[in-house]
Amino acid sequence: MSKSTIERLIYMANQIAANLATSDDPVSATAAHIERYWDPRMKAMIKAYTGNDLTPAAAGAIGRITA
Amino acid sequence: MGFESQQDFGTPESRSEQLVTLTVDGREVTVPLGTTVMRAAAENGTSIPKLCATDSLKQFGSCRLCLVEIDGVRGTPASCTTPVSAGMVVHTQTPHLQKLRKGVMELYISDHPLDCLTCAANGDCELQDQAGAVGLRDVRYGADATHLGQAKDTSNPYFDFDPSKCIVCSRCVRACDEVQGTLALTIESRGFGSKVSAGLASENFFGSECVSCGACVQACPTATLTEKAVVEIGTPERAVVTTCAYCGVGCTFRAEMRGEQLVRMVPYKDGKANRGHSCVKGRFAWGYATHQERVTKPMIRASISDPWREVSWDEALSYTASELKRIAAQYGKHSLGGITSSRCTNEETFLVQKLVRAGFGNNNVDTCARVCHSPTGYGLAMTFGTSAGTQDFDSVEDSDVILLIGANPTDGHPVFASRMKRRLRGQDGKPPAQLIVVDPRRIDLVHTPHIEAAHHLPLRPGTNVAVLTALAHVIVTEGLANEAFVRERCDWDEYQHWADFVSQERNSPEALAPVTLVDPQELRAAARLYAKGPNSAIYYGLGVTEHSQGSSTVMAIANLAMATGNIGRRGVGVNPLRGQNNVQGACDMGSFPHELSGYRHISDGATRKMFEADWGVSIDPEPGLRIPNMLDAAVDGVFKAIYIQGEDILQSDPDTRHVSAGLAAMECVIVHDLFLNETANYAHVFLPGSTFLEKNGTFTNAERRIQPVRKVMTPINGYEDWEVTQKLAQAMGLDWNYTHPSEIMDEIARLTPTFTGVSFKRLDEEGSLQWPVNDKAPDGTPIMHIDAFVRGKGKFVVTDYVPTDEKTGPRFPLLLTTGRILSQYNVGAQTRRTANVEWHPEDLLEMHPQDAEDRGLKDGDWTKLASRAGETTLRLKVTDRVAPGVVYTTFHHPATQANVVTTDFSDWATNCPEYKVTAVQVSASNGPTDWQEDYEELSERARRIAEPAEPAE
Repeated sequence: MSKSTIERLIYMANQIAANLATSDDPVSATAAHIERYWDPRMKAMIKAYTGNDLTPAAAGAIGRITA
Repeated sequence: MGFESQQDFGTPESRSEQLVTLTVDGREVTVPLGTTVMRAAAENGTSIPKLCATDSLKQFGSCRLCLVEIDGVRGTPASCTTPVSAGMVVHTQTPHLQKLRKGVMELYISDHPLDCLTCAANGDCELQDQAGAVGLRDVRYGADATHLGQAKDTSNPYFDFDPSKCIVCSRCVRACDEVQGTLALTIESRGFGSKVSAGLASENFFGSECVSCGACVQACPTATLTEKAVVEIGTPERAVVTTCAYCGVGCTFRAEMRGEQLVRMVPYKDGKANRGHSCVKGRFAWGYATHQERVTKPMIRASISDPWREVSWDEALSYTASELKRIAAQYGKHSLGGITSSRCTNEETFLVQKLVRAGFGNNNVDTCARVCHSPTGYGLAMTFGTSAGTQDFDSVEDSDVILLIGANPTDGHPVFASRMKRRLRGQDGKPPAQLIVVDPRRIDLVHTPHIEAAHHLPLRPGTNVAVLTALAHVIVTEGLANEAFVRERCDWDEYQHWADFVSQERNSPEALAPVTLVDPQELRAAARLYAKGPNSAIYYGLGVTEHSQGSSTVMAIANLAMATGNIGRRGVGVNPLRGQNNVQGACDMGSFPHELSGYRHISDGATRKMFEADWGVSIDPEPGLRIPNMLDAAVDGVFKAIYIQGEDILQSDPDTRHVSAGLAAMECVIVHDLFLNETANYAHVFLPGSTFLEKNGTFTNAERRIQPVRKVMTPINGYEDWEVTQKLAQAMGLDWNYTHPSEIMDEIARLTPTFTGVSFKRLDEEGSLQWPVNDKAPDGTPIMHIDAFVRGKGKFVVTDYVPTDEKTGPRFPLLLTTGRILSQYNVGAQTRRTANVEWHPEDLLEMHPQDAEDRGLKDGDWTKLASRAGETTLRLKVTDRVAPGVVYTTFHHPATQANVVTTDFSDWATNCPEYKVTAVQVSASNGPTDWQEDYEELSERARRIAEPAEPAE
């Protein structure tokens, strides 16, 4: 049942966004979390992702991260 | 340091601040009120003969040897039960007393075998000492009725019980009661027939409730209870104070030695974490250090399908360095990484992360805390501002209410559990603390001798956040919050935002009951009890962290403590019970990929600059890979080499198939360990490690206590682990020249604001120090956040319950949760190589009788445990400790492969695996799964060591 790396990253991004949904600004909070804890390759991979499996908050956050 | 037992003052110390002056044998003595005459004399250097008294136990007054004369007092009172009073004049030695004592001693000796010269306690026997002290020269009685010639009970693997040598002083029985709190021992019968018994007369020690903590052996004044090692080797000749390498309690021990041979580990009375107590692991389970399976020579191989080849250290290190350089050149510097160990010292973990950051040139360093307490680091840093527990262990003595969540201290942290049990039974005249247990399983503390939890909330695994939110709902909506504390110490706006959230009807115990399965009335009562306190403390373990909402749960716990004002003084606080001995230290030392020592983020330029100036390198400002991310990157073909010190990720990390795929995809796996562990099946380089007995350094326990680890024997592999890392660094061209771990600690102190006052010299003087130790707190910090939180204002974080995606359904209707057992430790690499396996030879699957009946399974059946990730087989134990719908197992044995079943779900903030919730099905089985069989074959193949080629004659 192991996921591919991109599947895992999408899952992680959605999970972070879901858990930060109650914060003041979920999109910024999710972006800040990913900036703070993901390595550059993971950030670049999720940044390059063009599919539509990300939740709106996660997708918004990933639009803001620098990779 | 020569061998001398620690001084025994006879009775416990009095904590009164009021002082009393009396005269003992013509000399004035000033002691605290409540001190006994015996102790007052001992503190003044006068040793009154005694047998039934020892300072770890309350006075008992049965042996009649410690009689004294006191001016103005009739008769000869027992000094152990007589408290001092001002102006008292005591005589400890008079002709009358001498005669009385000699008479008493004569009676004892008349029923004691006179085999002193061949007795295991020869030279270390209080009866022998006291016979000498009272001047006994002749025994007139004893030919008729005696207790001699009784059979020895040798059933316990670590100590013998020889009733013929027993003087029925009851010290063992009292130790089991007062120190350990198990009450396994008793005195059966009465009068002349009195005999120490482990439970029922039909039971031997091994079959009894005895947990082998060793407190009785320690308390015994004769050879009645003696370590088997002393029987075999003889008495020790020197003692070195050091720190246990098992759990996060961090007990201080005296390693009692004969030459370089360890004779026994004896708990150190002045150890501030354990206060003279121990458990079966630290006290007895150290035989792994000299186990025949220990690898002592470095080994290399080009491919994991090859047998190992033993090589010299030089060859191993130059081969490793050349491989690392080749891989960095071929795949880029980010293809390398390392894992530090919570079982190694602070100095060793610091060097491994330094090797990665300064040598490999990236931040791909992680530690096993990833899979245990990383959510603690995240959650407590967010809310309080520092990644550590708030109290010292002594604090529990002042708790009125103890809320225990997802922890099973009697198995996982037994020595602290004994402290907790003392408090839960009431001590020093204080009424007992009340206990609330939040755990899907009925752990021992819910109902144990003299302890009954006020509330047990057996929640559905995976609903911690919902339960904590419901507790907060009750506290806020019933007006039980400590708003004065919150206004003063926390951000008031954030509190209000949080209070509004938890007050919503959807967060009430009643609304959440269908999710949590917890009785709302019971939950409300528990919330009221916690809020009432007045001193309420929270203790938690991996049942909190190892969930998809582990970090949220930690923050929810912190919210609860702040909302009720239970932070910043003795008796309260938020206390993570750390798994491994140095989890706290490994985290403190900058083992995480996103932070440098002292929890400073890698993106912080000023911090990086400090390290860059000290190390003479530039440091990557981007976070590196966490362990699961390393494995993903390995499967993707971009992560190629890993240096793993003292960790067995193949056994301990979730989703074994993914771990093995990741390791198999790497070109250079370097395992630095004591044994060919499971991970080593995939390794290309094996660097033999050293045990805690063979090295100098420090460990930091769950109370942030930095404690010395002292070398008592030469490493049989040749080097301490920090030396091996240094040699690897040197082989890679780094100019490292540490000559002693104290120099590494000096570097840590220089670079870490919370450690500036720490040095080996200071630790030798103080015994231990709790960080922060710096200009603001030169003597360390037993309790944190006293006047203000480290971050300034305490931060309330709204933690909404987000259910795990690991769901039960028709195919996998049960929830598996995992835990530990007393006799085993973590993946069992150490404890499985000791006699502790006698208690726990295999992992068992616990299942409720109803679930077992539904499946036609009975106790002892082989069962197949299957999840969406994989399947394994193990034997069933039917018990109502677990609720219907929940099954439970431990993961101490590699053959069980429990982590083949666990999934890749993890904590949202830290990727800490969700070990505690896996949807499974259980069915009858008639043998191991294909995976187990394949894996066993792989293990056998991977562990082959090539025979050295013999020259032809």
